[in-house]
Amino acid sequence: MSARRLGKAGRAWVFGDDVDTDALAPGRYMKGPLEELARHCLETLDPGFAANVQRGDVLVAGVNFGIGSSREQAAQALRHLGIAAVVARSFGGIFFRNAINAGLPCLVCADAGRISARDEIIADVRAGRIENRTTGETIGCDKLGGPLMAMIEDGGLVAHLEKRLKGARAEGLRS
Amino acid sequence: MAQRGSPMTLAEKIVARAAGRDAVAPGETVTCAVDLAMMHDSGGPRRVGPILERLGVGVWDPEKIVVVSDHFVPAVDAAGAAILDLTRQWVADNDIANFYDMQGICHVVLPERGHLRPGLFVVGGDSHSPTGGAFGAFMFGVGASDMAGVLATGETWIKVPETIRILCEGELPPGVCAKDMILALCARMGMGGGQYQVIELAGSTIEALGMTERMTLCNMTAELGAMTGLIAPDQVTAAAIMAAGADPGDIDIWKGDKGARYMEDHRLDAGALSPQVAKPHSPANAAGVEASAGVPVAQAYIGACTGAKLEDLHMAARILKGRKVAAGTRLLVAPASTRTTARAAADGTLANLTAAGAILMPTGCGACAGMGPGVLGENEVCIASTARNFRGRMGAPSSEVYLGSPYTVAASAVAGRIADPREFLEGAGA
Ligand code: SF4
Repeated sequence: MSARRLGKAGRAWVFGDDVDTDALAPGRYMKGPLEELARHCLETLDPGFAANVQRGDVLVAGVNFGIGSSREQAAQALRHLGIAAVVARSFGGIFFRNAINAGLPCLVCADAGRISARDEIIADVRAGRIENRTTGETIGCDKLGGPLMAMIEDGGLVAHLEKRLKGARAEGLRS
Repeated sequence: MAQRGSPMTLAEKIVARAAGRDAVAPGETVTCAVDLAMMHDSGGPRRVGPILERLGVGVWDPEKIVVVSDHFVPAVDAAGAAILDLTRQWVADNDIANFYDMQGICHVVLPERGHLRPGLFVVGGDSHSPTGGAFGAFMFGVGASDMAGVLATGETWIKVPETIRILCEGELPPGVCAKDMILALCARMGMGGGQYQVIELAGSTIEALGMTERMTLCNMTAELGAMTGLIAPDQVTAAAIMAAGADPGDIDIWKGDKGARYMEDHRLDAGALSPQVAKPHSPANAAGVEASAGVPVAQAYIGACTGAKLEDLHMAARILKGRKVAAGTRLLVAPASTRTTARAAADGTLANLTAAGAILMPTGCGACAGMGPGVLGENEVCIASTARNFRGRMGAPSSEVYLGSPYTVAASAVAGRIADPREFLEGAGA
């Protein structure tokens, strides 16, 4: 995937270790619609985040990003706010699964700590690479495996299944 | 690659069976047939329903689906009531016979009603799904899209996880229980201690534990960042499954092979353990109770799948019998299931709790996830027997939650401040 297809560079929003799902999708807003929930995303850590984040921005964090509950709104809220990718030293397992399912790329990057808040960066998901326009640095990260990349490119698990089930139905009609 | 005949861990054996393979090895991505799918009112029908509609398919097998309403019960507002209504409607529309409406917290209801047995490959729409590992089932939590995929196809993909083994040896001292064991492990290993691996618990301490204590351990492997927790089944497991009216099957085949490879081996000296308390805002902030002793608490909460099963209530009652909750502190008790409530009523436990001044709450998730009654106000401090104390989870963002065992929560309720339960047990002549 070329940098052009990924769009222009986004700003980095940097968080620390152990950002949990209650910070991403606070329980007290879980009854409401996603738009409402997303307005409170990460407010306990950075009250200005949801209001100021822009489409194409990249979220950068330390270890265990997304630990906690299985609520996939944690990933969906980030996607709703326009986050292009999450780059972290490691991810909570369920969050990682949910994010891929939501079509939100998650990049495991040992050097995530080298990115500073507000740096202009491009996350090249397919290549497994972060380009930091502010520092001129290129940082490598783990590539997503083939099946996961396919899911991201289809726009998430549901779109992926839609394609697959439609294909299966078409097969069924032929036979 | 996996080789036929090479020794496997318990987790690998279950995954291999579900994948229809002779063997699997960590790191392989395999597609598994799902034996059972469990979901609740929060992450279940209201989320998966629209996805299935979009896909244009129904559920693959209504008999393999269990739905439990526990998060928004009983409804405290119209939005919650609407979610419950939608849940009931979806269950009826999809012919789901296994629907437990307001009967308790999903992780407790599932084994109580005989749905779990060793060797099953189970997905749960909740992060504490590892609780099922206490019954020798490979059970892990997924989000709603993943669940919709399972409901549509009856299968799901997993990357075969590594297994970390924790040998727990020694006899737990009085006033110390499974909750203290797992909090001590959270402190030692951190919340990323298991990087989505399986944590298998074994050893003499585990063998001596009853099922609900084993459930507490497996439940909170989620707090270690594990994909799931597992305990190999034994006679205690088999007896519990039979008591729930189900057939445990051949329990002897569901254990790790001799020579199976574990990614890490840990030991926990349970005999040397003291009561543990996790400070705000992470279970990994656990340390001996003395580090938090004396902190005044506005609320003491005995609830959740982790901390309000029958044995948990028994522990609380041992402390509270003949004592009173301190003025200025409220003790809320939300039993984990209707059966738990009934049994605790029948054996006198509830009478001991309420005589001490405990406020009996409806069964369900309640305040644990900040969705039900009993949430905290600004700057309020609570000690809870729940599983996690993330910032703002139980209410106002400025509230603080300490985690402890039911013994410790009960002792703190009596003292009005965080207290060491052993002093109370000694006083009671235990
Ligand atoms: S009691 Fe708490 S931890 Fe358990 S399922 Fe309910 S919300 Fe989750």
